[in-house]
This record gives sequence, structure tokens and C-alpha cells, in this order.
Amino acid sequence: MKTVKIDAKGMHYTPLNQKIRAAIKDGAEEIILDNVLGQRFIGDGLRGNVRIIVNGVPGGDLGIFMSGPTCIVHGDAEHAPGNTMDKGMLVIHGSAGDAVAHSMRGGKVFIKNNIGYRGGIHMKQYDVEARPILVVGGTAHSFLGEYMAGGLVLVLGIGEDKAMTDRGIGSGIHGGEIIIRGEVDDFLLGVGAKKFKFTESDLERIAPTIKNFCEQFGYDPADFLDTNYTRIGPASSRPFASKYVWE
Amino acid sequence: MTLGSVPPKFKVSIDRDQCMDCGRCIENCSYGVYRREGDKILIESRKCTGCLRCVAMCPRDAITLTEKPIDYRSHPLWTREVREDIIKQARSGKIILSGMGNARDLPVIYDRLLLDACQVTNPSIDPLREPMELRTYIGKKPSKLNFRKTESGDVELETKLAPNLKLNTPIMIGHMSFGAISLNAQLSMAKAVTELGTYMGTGEGGLHRDLYPYQDHMIVQVASGRFGVNIDYLERGAAIEIKIGQGAKPGIGGHLPGEKVNEEVSRTRMIPVGSDAISPAPHHDIYSIEDLVQLIRSLKEATEWKKPVFVKIAAVHNVAPIAAGIARSSADAVVIDGFRGGTGAAPKVFRDNVGIPIEVAIASVDQKLREQGVRNEISIIASGGIRSSADLAKSIALGADAVNIGTAALVALGCRVCGNCYRNLCPWGIATQRPELVSRLDPERGAVQVSNLIRGWTMELSELMGAAGINSIESLRGNRDRLRGYMLDEGMLKILDVLPAGA
Ligand code: SF4
Ligand code: SF4
Repeated sequence: MKTVKIDAKGMHYTPLNQKIRAAIKDGAEEIILDNVLGQRFIGDGLRGNVRIIVNGVPGGDLGIFMSGPTCIVHGDAEHAPGNTMDKGMLVIHGSAGDAVAHSMRGGKVFIKNNIGYRGGIHMKQYDVEARPILVVGGTAHSFLGEYMAGGLVLVLGIGEDKAMTDRGIGSGIHGGEIIIRGEVDDFLLGVGAKKFKFTESDLERIAPTIKNFCEQFGYDPADFLDTNYTRIGPASSRPFASKYVWE
Repeated sequence: MTLGSVPPKFKVSIDRDQCMDCGRCIENCSYGVYRREGDKILIESRKCTGCLRCVAMCPRDAITLTEKPIDYRSHPLWTREVREDIIKQARSGKIILSGMGNARDLPVIYDRLLLDACQVTNPSIDPLREPMELRTYIGKKPSKLNFRKTESGDVELETKLAPNLKLNTPIMIGHMSFGAISLNAQLSMAKAVTELGTYMGTGEGGLHRDLYPYQDHMIVQVASGRFGVNIDYLERGAAIEIKIGQGAKPGIGGHLPGEKVNEEVSRTRMIPVGSDAISPAPHHDIYSIEDLVQLIRSLKEATEWKKPVFVKIAAVHNVAPIAAGIARSSADAVVIDGFRGGTGAAPKVFRDNVGIPIEVAIASVDQKLREQGVRNEISIIASGGIRSSADLAKSIALGADAVNIGTAALVALGCRVCGNCYRNLCPWGIATQRPELVSRLDPERGAVQVSNLIRGWTMELSELMGAAGINSIESLRGNRDRLRGYMLDEGMLKILDVLPAGA
């Protein structure tokens, strides 16, 4: 495997991204970025199968418009990692800010700890292959899965008494599903969101994702392979259809 | 129902002596006004939207369609419209949905601005003989140019120029999405702008693969729902536009009803079939100018700083300071959409009451950017109710670099501004996804009609400029001296920075 190391110390994001692009052009299969400190847009619009290892804390919009690469972060991430991502994987060994996986349309985002507000907002799916997945190991703040139109958001609540305690889960959701470990209080649901029973077949569906997540962070999947989850989905695929009358 | 029924808006009748019973009216009306019963064609005027398809298609000119005058006691305040809206809401308790642009009879400022012409003191220019420079570059312009002498003695430009769009005419077609309008309507316009050397917007509906051949003349749009946005889409566009607001409905987002989301629309927008496409007003990653900078730069990074990025806002009360903020946000152009801007669907109360006229928005933005010394940092594109080459010339004289047309382009395709675009039944094949209606619009013929319109306006613009002794669009831009206000009050003249007629 051809590995390229880049020292990002004190570097502005544009030259850093240019170096990453140049390395991919040169055939790098793995790129290690050391001393990353707040540089935004790492992986922005990149295609292909390259692996990017980030040592440090990347800035906002990590992997935005990304279509293929895998990006592993040894540290926390700022807001909106996975924004409008198409394909590929982000693995964050820490926590992340607001709007994680905003409008994500394919690929996976795995966060070991917690995320901020509006995680999974506008996540969409339009055919079987393009199915975005966001898994949060810890917990998420309000408006998780807002306006969600497809894909899967899974919150495991590791180390928490309750996986979700913030409100507005799935407000405006009109597609996709939000699966949360354990019970979810009704008053936490947003407008247009509905609770469904989590069944054995649901578990079968999400088991590969759980295993995949556990593999990344060294958890034992057996701890999560049961039906102790709550599934939240849209009450309707046309949440606002009855709001209007014709002129 | 205690309210009774609302009287029909239109009265449709057939001159039975003329009618040859061919049935074309029945076939052409997608709203079901006509039906056959035995050997008679029956008419249900109540269903008529005034789209005038039947009138246009009747081979015998046998159909008469009139706006029905009075079914209510007339009253200057409690007009028919006011009462009907109340009745509708008393019945439904819902928001009244409407289409196209502001339908209020408000004074049009363009019509109260008069253009100048030369007489004896300085000569007018004859565009037949003299070259007229209408080429317009949209994007950042440097405040000054630095040159360097090379060893061989050549002079080289040192200043790095930002990417600009090159327009052969200062007329572009604004963003109307696939979903809101048909693919044939988009194809007609895409062919026209490609042939003419100008641009059109994709709207927030993604880029259908049949439009790829025209991608070098398409501006791709990024709205809050990010419909159809991926790296491939961004790379295909000639420029990228971030939609913050829209003139027909400032402060609220886009909403394509699920009925219009068929297989093709779903694939192009990258959303599930049959689900509502909801694009709310706030971009949930933009809460400040700093956040806007972040999105602009992420788009520039993704496309390696090769494409200009525009920001579209609705014309609202504080449009000038907003535009000044946008000018400093790394954006290359600000698109301002006035309150007469059209739309496929908007709550009527927004369409008719929210926003400000585009004329004052252009003038105040241009002035503010000049005051702050950043006018060259950004181009101004004006849209929302540009009806003629005169409106175009006046927009440029007020400070716009170029205009976007929308409704005018649709009218060139056959639209009769019936305002029923949200019903998916447009009988002209424009605002519909129904295959049998879409096929009524031939993209080849449509392209000719749209390019004829833009060509005609472009020639008229040259003539207007020539008459004013101007041979370059640069000299018309922001040139308030070529305008005079007529029947405008002092306050308005001050905002427009235009002298009254006679001064
Ligand atoms: S289209 Fe005209 S001529 Fe034909 S049936 Fe209708 S009214 Fe009669
Ligand atoms: S596009 Fe069609 S439905 Fe909309 S106003 Fe024009 S004719 Fe009517």
C-alpha cells in the first residue's frame, strides 16, 4: 500500500487539500495527516478508494461532498462531518459538533461518542444502494433526524442512562428511520415523527451495521444484538400535504 | 354547506354555429372543463383556470372565455377576491396556495422610469453600423491590475483573475427546477441559452442527465435540502448558486408536492419517489455570514476554486446590508429576486404581500456596495418581473450587471400565466410531469421561441443604448443619469437615486 504522510501543522486548508489531491493523483492509497488542528473541508469532494487518517481535530465540513474515500479521525470533529456525502466512510474516535451527516445521501458516518444538534438533518435515500447511515455511540442533542427523507440514524447511548434525552427527534421526518437504544419518551418526538415497535426483523436489518460499528471501535457486538430499541419513522411521507387549499 | 358555492371565475362558451365537433377542446383541457354527453359538448366553467389552451387549439375560433364579471355585490374594499379567500379558508382552515408571481395591482416602478435619448448635443449611435458591446462578465473584478515585464520584454498580467462567466447578452434564465417544470421546458431553455452564449439555472431539482450536453451553460443550485447535489453535479455546472431566498416567497422554503415526484424527478433530486421534497428556508448549516462563507468555500474547495459561486436572496427591507455582507463572503455574484418573481407554488399571502420591488432593491444594493467600496467584489444579477428589454435596460441603469428572466421565458414557451402551476396539470406542458402533457411541448420549437425572445430583447437593448449615445453595457451599468422618474414621489426618487423628469 502506498502511504503518504503530510504534516498539517500551521497549514491553511486550501494548500492542505491541494496536497491531499496531489497525493491521490500520484496513486496514494493511504494518506496520514499529522497535527491537524481545525482545518476545514478535509476530503471535500474527493472520489475513489483512498484512506485518509487524520491525527488531530479537523475543522468543519469534514468529508463534505465526498464520494468514496474512508476517513478515520483520531480525535474529535467540528460541525457537519459527512455534509452532503455520497459514498465512503467517516470514522470519528471522539465526538462531533452540530449538523453531522447533513443531507448525507450514501456511505457511513460512525461517531464513537456524542454529537451536537440536528444530527442527520435532511438525510436522504433514493434507491437501494444510496442508503446513508449515521451511527452515534453516545448521545445526540435536539432535532436529531430533522426533515429526514431516507437512510438510517442509530443512537446507541453507550455510557448513558438513556440514549436520548433531547427533544425534537425526527421533526418533519418524511422518510428513513431513527433507531435508538432502549425506550424513548413520547415527549421527545418531533412533529411528524412516530414510534414503531422494534422487531426481530428490524434487528436482522441493522445487525450488520452494529457489527460494522463495533469493529471500528473495538466493542463487542453481542452487547447490542437484541430488540431493546425504539424505532422512529415518519407518520406520513407527505407531512404537509393537508396544509394547503388551492387559490 | 351554509356558505354555498363560490361563483366560477371564468365563463366558457362555444359558438355552436362555428363548432365542428372535433373534440379538441375536450382533449386539450387537462382541468376537465369539457366533456361529451351524447352528441353534445358540455362545459363546466367552474373548473376553468384561464389557461386558454382550448381557445388556442380550437380550429374554428369557436370558444369564448371571459372573466366573469359580477356575482357579488360590488364593493371597493371587500372585493370578490377578498371574499372568496375568506370563504375558502372558512371552509378548509388551510393556507391558500398560489402560483406564478405577485398578482396585486401595485404600481410598477419600471413603468415610471423613463430612459434617455440623445438629440443634438451628443450624437446617438447607430447599432446597425457601430459595434455594440453587450458582453458581460459575471464574477469578481480586481480593483487594479498589476503587470510584469518578462525577460523577453513581453508584458504579463500578474493579478490573478477570479473565474467569471462570459455572457454574450446580459439576459440569463433564472432557476426553475425539474419537478416544478417539465424536462421539455428545461430542454427548450437549455438549448436556447447554449446557442445564444448565456446561462440558465437548474433550480433546486438537480441536473437531469438529458441536460448534460448543455451543462456548460447551466448554473447548478444548492438549496437547504441539497436536492440533487453531489460532487458530480457541482463539477458539471458552469457556476454554483446557493439559494437563500426567493422573491415569490421570502423567508420560506421550497416545497415540491409528492405528486410531482415521479421516478425521474426522484432520481434527479435524489429523494424517494412520491415523498414531498421539503427544502425549508433556513440552511441548517448557515446562521450567519460566517457560516455562509463556510458553505461558499466548501463549494469552491470541492471544485478547486474553478467556479464562481452566487448567492440568491429575496429582495426584502434590509437587502442592501445583506448584500454587502454577501459581497464580503467570498461570493462572486449576488442574485436579488424581487417581489414579482414567479414560482411553481407559494402561499398566496406571501406571493402578494412579502418582499419589495426589484427596482428599489437593485438601486439600494448598488449604492451601498459603491459606498463601501466593494462593488467590484461582486456582480449583481436582478430578477423578479422583468417583462421587456425596457425593464432590462432600466435594471442595468439602476446598477445590475445582468438579469434573470423566468416568467417571460415561460410565456415564450406558451404559458398563459394562469397561476395553476402547483396542480401538475399545466396544459402547455410546462409546469407538469404528466407525460401526455409534457409531450405537448416540443423542445426544438420551444428553444427557437425562447432564443427568439432573448435575441429580440438583445437587439432592442442595443437600440436603446445607441439612442442614449452608449456603445458599451459597462457605460450603462449604474448610469442613473440615463433615467428619469415620472410620477414617483421624492422619497422613492431618492432611494432610486434618480432625478425627476424635466430635471
Ligand atoms: S375545439 Fe372548437 S371546434 Fe372543436 S369541438 Fe371544441 S369548440 Fe368545437
Ligand atoms: S406554467 Fe402552465 S400552469 Fe403555470 S401559469 Fe403557465 S400555463 Fe399556467
